[in-house]
Amino acid sequence: MSVDTKKILVTPIFDDNPIALQILGICSALAVTTGLETTLVMCIALTAVTSFSNVFVSLVRNHVPSSIRIIVQMIIIASLVIVVDQILKAVAYDVSKQLSVFVGLIITNCIVMGRAEAFAMKNPPWPSFLDGFGNGLGYSVVLLFVAFFRELLGAGKLFGVELLSLATEGGWYIPNGMMLLPPSAFFIIGFFIWILRVRKTAQIEAEEFKIVKNSTLREAL
Amino acid sequence: MASQDSIQKTLTVALLLCFVCSVIVSAAAVILRPMQESNKALDKKKNILLAAGLYQESLSVDEQFSAIQTRIVDLSTGLFVDVDDVDAFDQRKSAKDPATSQALSSDADIAKISRRENQAVVYIVESNDTFDKIILPVHGYGLWSTLYGFVALESDLNTIAGLGFYDHAETPGLGGEVDNPRWKAFWPGKQVYKDGEVAIEVVKGAVIAGSDRANYQVDGLSGATLTSRGVSNLLTFWLGEDGFQAFLSNLKSGSA
Repeated sequence: MSVDTKKILVTPIFDDNPIALQILGICSALAVTTGLETTLVMCIALTAVTSFSNVFVSLVRNHVPSSIRIIVQMIIIASLVIVVDQILKAVAYDVSKQLSVFVGLIITNCIVMGRAEAFAMKNPPWPSFLDGFGNGLGYSVVLLFVAFFRELLGAGKLFGVELLSLATEGGWYIPNGMMLLPPSAFFIIGFFIWILRVRKTAQIEAEEFKIVKNSTLREAL
Repeated sequence: MASQDSIQKTLTVALLLCFVCSVIVSAAAVILRPMQESNKALDKKKNILLAAGLYQESLSVDEQFSAIQTRIVDLSTGLFVDVDDVDAFDQRKSAKDPATSQALSSDADIAKISRRENQAVVYIVESNDTFDKIILPVHGYGLWSTLYGFVALESDLNTIAGLGFYDHAETPGLGGEVDNPRWKAFWPGKQVYKDGEVAIEVVKGAVIAGSDRANYQVDGLSGATLTSRGVSNLLTFWLGEDGFQAFLSNLKSGSA
């Protein structure tokens, strides 16, 4: 693997993570992360859609009139999402039932469109595929991180296997109900971004406003 | 780039793309349909078995379902209705259609479902060719959502064999505990009717052991008063005279 392809593939995972740095695709990160199993399926679905939509958008990029380019991207993405949704319903029915509308909502996931417009419209198919795959992985890393803590602390399980014996079943662990509700994902994503920015200080944004120190009583008078 | 943005080029690209995409999408849908339908049917059967407390993981769903007979019942007359294709009957859809359902007055509508379907699907479990259990669909409003489930009765049509819900959106950890196997284990063996009236109920707190009504009561879910009440109400409704009571008494006397 040449340096360039490696860079395209690896950069989106930590250095330019779509969720942690660009804050895209938060909606599904909140909705589907109550358990690792559904999350994993969602990650695979999104990675597949991003990779292949990038490939197809890149293939037609020289023939697309700029006036309808967004519509063209949407059609490609929407078709891929429907195909993925149909496949899930056929082979993983239980999981697709839990994911319900969120597979369909990959269409509106900002990451997919963002990559198609920002990368695939300007690059050949193979780098576009890697870029889509890399961004899918970046999304997956955050989602799996969130789902790991939500399922462990909220249900005492990982992949449905009980690890912490629950108080309701005679054990010692009282599950944290908030972890099963969407807001908890905000906290976990927040912690993820914090840890990431402590390690990679380049991601810290410049302050938009400088907060002035409070004036003392003497100055006010 | 003038030719790139010409109207002709734009239309050609748009049409070609739509054509290619529609072929791919419809091909995927058509090829995968049989698998999806069998999944859906399997899932429903599994839910019925789970709700009735008959599901065993070691056996295949179809194998377990082979002992179960699906019939359709007219709720007002309480008699079986003969239909050509039982599997095609969609009870949820018929509950919404004014032609196949009736509006409930607010007094009668204790389960808060506003319309009740005229016909319902029941599942008869037979073992060694004799009637063993009957599984009835029930639904009603809890706190946030309509709970859809099944209640199974023993052959005396008075003792509960199992209760379970397959679709609801109650609060996880509180009302969502209707799915807790330890709570569902309270149900088997409870009695439904006392002097011809539905007496089964979910009480607030714990059932007092040894009281004369203990056989008709189930512990409430802590922190989920409204969901518990909802479960109580939907059972009262569906086992009562607007629900399956006419059918059950016909079944008992052998005239269904």
